[in-house]
Amino acid sequence: MKVNYSNEGDVQKAIAEAIQGNNILLFIKGTPQMPQCGFSKGVMDMFNYLQVPYETVDVLADPLIREGVKQFTQWPTIPQIFLKGQFVGGFDICRELFEKGELEPMAKSAVTA
Amino acid sequence: MLSEELIEKAVRNGFPDARVEVRDLTGSKDHFEVMVVSQQFHGKSLVERHRMVYGVVWPATGGQIHALALKTQTPDESQKE
Repeated sequence: MKVNYSNEGDVQKAIAEAIQGNNILLFIKGTPQMPQCGFSKGVMDMFNYLQVPYETVDVLADPLIREGVKQFTQWPTIPQIFLKGQFVGGFDICRELFEKGELEPMAKSAVTA
Repeated sequence: MLSEELIEKAVRNGFPDARVEVRDLTGSKDHFEVMVVSQQFHGKSLVERHRMVYGVVWPATGGQIHALALKTQTPDESQKE
């Protein structure tokens, strides 16, 4: 999806709305069809494996969103994973939760609740 | 240029109690795995823990955080593995 805003001052608000408006939202580099980063691909692989639907935002498509989401979370890297409006972390945290078996219930409750 | 030593030293500065292991994942000093075991992580979420490590490593690495894969544990969690 694309995060739309009318001017630069609205970027943070637009990001917040996108995060609140999607059960699972992944800010990634590239698209599900053409990921541009191994870590972005890696997080999508995990959610694909769990067979839960998710929405993505390609930060490479918009530098203001790329910087904006980092500012929003105060987190330095992409990908960034949000479940039910909550920031979960980046690739390392996602993988750790996945390996511990914690990501599946989190993701499933995010899409069903 | 990053190195195992530089990263380890930066982590130790912020986490004097920590067990720190840094591994060069590619052999080309551009991707490292950093394992930090510290009592300071007790009661903290993964996001909070990673933020703490980023905080001490960021200045020392000139912001090259993308190069780091982090793993954080308390001593108790480490023993359970």
